[in-house]
Parts: sequence; structure tokens; C-alpha cells
Amino acid sequence: MTVGRTVRALPTILRVGVAETVAYRAEFLVWMLTTTLPLIMLGLWTSVAREAPFDGYGTREFTAYFLAALVVRNLTGSWVVWQLSEEIRTGALGKRLLVPVHPFVVLGATHLAAVPLRAAVALPFTLLLLLGSAGELVVRTPLGLAILAASLTGAWLLTFAVMVLIGALALFIDKAMAVMDVYLGVYALLSGYLVPLDLLPPWVEAASRALPFRYMLGFPVEVICSGADTRALLGDLAVQWAFVGLAGLAALAVWRAGLRRHQAFGG
Amino acid sequence: MRPLRYAGLLAVQLRASLLTSLQYRADFLLDGAMSLYWMAWNLVPLLVLFGVRPTVAGWDLPAALLVMAWFTVLKGVLDGAINPSLIEVTERIRTGAFDYVLLKPADPQFLVSTMRFQPWKVIDVLGGFGIAIAGFALRGRAPSIGDLALAALLLVAGASVLYSMWICVVAAAFKVIKLDNLVYLFGSLFDAARWPIQVFRGVWRFVFTFILPLALMTTYPAMAALGMLDATTALAALGGAVAAGAVARWAFRSAIRHYTSASS
Repeated sequence: MTVGRTVRALPTILRVGVAETVAYRAEFLVWMLTTTLPLIMLGLWTSVAREAPFDGYGTREFTAYFLAALVVRNLTGSWVVWQLSEEIRTGALGKRLLVPVHPFVVLGATHLAAVPLRAAVALPFTLLLLLGSAGELVVRTPLGLAILAASLTGAWLLTFAVMVLIGALALFIDKAMAVMDVYLGVYALLSGYLVPLDLLPPWVEAASRALPFRYMLGFPVEVICSGADTRALLGDLAVQWAFVGLAGLAALAVWRAGLRRHQAFGG
Repeated sequence: MRPLRYAGLLAVQLRASLLTSLQYRADFLLDGAMSLYWMAWNLVPLLVLFGVRPTVAGWDLPAALLVMAWFTVLKGVLDGAINPSLIEVTERIRTGAFDYVLLKPADPQFLVSTMRFQPWKVIDVLGGFGIAIAGFALRGRAPSIGDLALAALLLVAGASVLYSMWICVVAAAFKVIKLDNLVYLFGSLFDAARWPIQVFRGVWRFVFTFILPLALMTTYPAMAALGMLDATTALAALGGAVAAGAVARWAFRSAIRHYTSASS
């Protein structure tokens, strides 16, 4: 599988991905609507902040935070764990392995193809709300927007790499979905999905800076809510991309090791 | 005689699901562990919040724990008794095996409701009661028997509203066929029931009280157990639950009447 062949195949794979998403648009819409946790947390925490600001967060800060979290979650969400798990279980992985393009590229392209549609559904309404209710908190400098683009790309890649890693575990163990459940719990807390990371006890917040979860959600959200001072986040951007590299290598290693012991079963 | 017969049928269905589940004993332990894991994670926002703020919208930590407890109990009922049957039924409608269900000499709605159970979700239910006990222990005052009875009644009403909503979804499945992602959509909306309804304002409060009555399912039983629920709201909630049951029965029967079987 040469690079040239992969590059030539990419436009077709992306086109197929878009076509699939559009074909199952009703299901696609319902799946997007299942990301309700940021909105529920928004309702809860703005209610709390209405009585008095909570640890430096007022209603505006909470609104901005959770709307940004909704945007980032929708743009970086990935279903590759379920996809890989099912394909490994039923033996359909064999078909995927026959294609002369690396499975990661095909899977990634399919997921990437869904991002424009997700953005088209999630962004208009959310951005309007965000700019309307907390406009002055939102990033607006050219440098800030560049950092935002980089951080969103990094978050997407990091999420995808970790998801593929967990999916590849299905080559080793029966219950990869149990690993996914454990992961989701840790992710919900340490990425800032459940609660803004500033509000957690200091030792938890310190731990979250050393782990990749924050760079999947919390960091892009911080960039969105950074207003005018984004230069300070450049260091975090470097850490995010370091994690992207690490996660990518780990995913490749686990995949290669798993394939060596994988025997097609099912069917 | 009829109720006894249906009780016997229920026992048969339960036993079948139990035997299927016990084939995978490791699953049982694993799912139990995951239930406890999720219960712990769900408590984190509560603890963060009430670690700093003594009350939120009039609710303190022990009271909010009660709402969380009833949420956990109902989630156990939803995931253990209602969702598995729903998924099984929509799959059978899609493949045409539902005709065999209709052939059996028992009420179709009963058969549809008891088709499949996930017995290990009973750990969720027990965990929910554990959280409730912890809430009362924190409060320092045990509830009166009358309050507890009203709370139990409202919990049953909440569960029956959940059930009625699902029967309406099954009735719709005869037309729409592929509905399994509605299970996930409802599951994520049901998450809002973790918090007392007073926390939500404006249009969401209206939606969660009348359209998707999460308030009835978790907040009202918590208020009843704390002795804070007035008689009018309680009666209205119970009346609503009965009405929902009647609507669901009507919807299901009319769907069955118009069901053209899958065979050619």
C-alpha cells in the first residue's frame, strides 16, 4: 500500500462517506441529537450561577463553556469503536483487510466525511446562541482562530486515534465494549465534559493536564472561550499534538500486534 | 383466574430471560461492576456542586441524592425490563418473527412487554435504593411511613409512564420499523431526570413536566419522600400516569388491528 495509491483513493472514499451519511440522514440526525449532556449540564450550572457566581464562573461563562463543549463534541465524535468491534466479531474485518489502503485511512476518511454534515447541523444554532449570550468571551483574534483550527484538528485526530486503539483491543479481548464504558467514564470527568476542569479539586485538575483526555475536549473549549488572550495556549497546543503523535503510534502498534493473532471468525 | 394465568406467564418469561443471562456468568459480574462504576461517576457533579454551594434551587445534598437515587432505580427498570423487550420486538417486527408472537393465546401487549429482561440490572435498582438510604442517613431524619408509601406509589407511576411511552414507540414501530436509535435518544434525554426539576427554567421546565414527564419520574417521588409534595400535584401526577396507560393501550391495540403481517 503505497502513499500514492492511498492519495488517489482518498477522494472516492470521502465521497462514499458523504453519500453514506446522507443516505441514513434520519438516523444521523437522531444520533446527533443524543449529545444532550452539555445542554443538561448547561441548564443545571446556569441555574446554580444565577444565585451567585460559582468559583469564578457566572451564567455567561457556563453558557459559553457548555455550548462550546457541545460544538467540540459534535465535531470530534467518533463511532469507530462500535464499527471495529462489530466487524471483528462478525469477521467482516477480513473484507476490510483486503483493500490495498490502510484500514485506518479508510476509517478515518469515512469519519472525516461526516464532519461537514455534523458541522452544518450543529453549528448554526449553537454559534448563534454562543455569540448572542456570551459573545465577548468567544475567541476572535486571527491568532486565536488559527489556534482554534489547529486545536480542533488535533482533538479530532486524538479522539480518532484513541477510539481506534480501543476498537483494536477487540482483536485481543471479547469485551472491548466494557473497556469503552470505563474509558467513557474517565473521559467524561477528565476531559471537562461533565464539569469544567477549573471547578474540580486541584489535584484532579493537575492530573487532567498530564492525561490526553483534556486535549480531546477541554482544551479546544478553552480556546473557544479564551476571548482575546490566546497566546498563553500555544504551549498546550504543542502538548496536544504530542499526544496526537503518541496516540497514533500506540494505535498502530496495537493494531499490528492484534492482526498477528487475529483469525477471522464468525460467518 | 385470568390474573393468575398472567402471573404464571410472567414467571415463565422471567425464567427464560434469567436462564439466557446466566449462561454468561462473567457478563453478570462485569455488568454489575459497570453499574457501580457509573453510579460513582454520576455522583461526581453532585459532590462538586454541593461541596461549594449548600443549596441549589432549594435543594440540598441529601434531597438531591434522593432524586439521583430514584433516577438510578428507574434507569435500572428502563434498562432491565423495558428497553430489552423493545429492542427485541422491533427486531422481530423487522424480520417477521413477530407473527409467531401474535399466534400465542395471550394478550399481545403482555407478550411484547415481557419478551426479554436483563436480570443483572437489578443491581442498578438495589444501588438506587442504597443511594436513597445514604441520602436519608445524611439528612439525619428518617421519612414517615406515609411519605414513603406515597413515594413508592409515585415511583410506580413514573415507571408506568415510562412503560406507556415505550408501548407507544412499539406501536409506531409497526409503521416505521427501524427505531433502535430512539432508544439511545430517549436514554440521553432521560439523563435530565438526574436533577430536581426546579433546576430547569422556562420552556425546559414545561417540556420536562408535561411533554416528557421526567419531573413525575424522579422529582415528585423525591419530594414525596421528603414530605414536600402537595396533594394536588400528587393526584395530578397519578391521574396523568393512569391516562398515559390508557392512551398507550389504545395506541397499541389500534396498531395491532392495522398490522398486516410480514408473511406474503
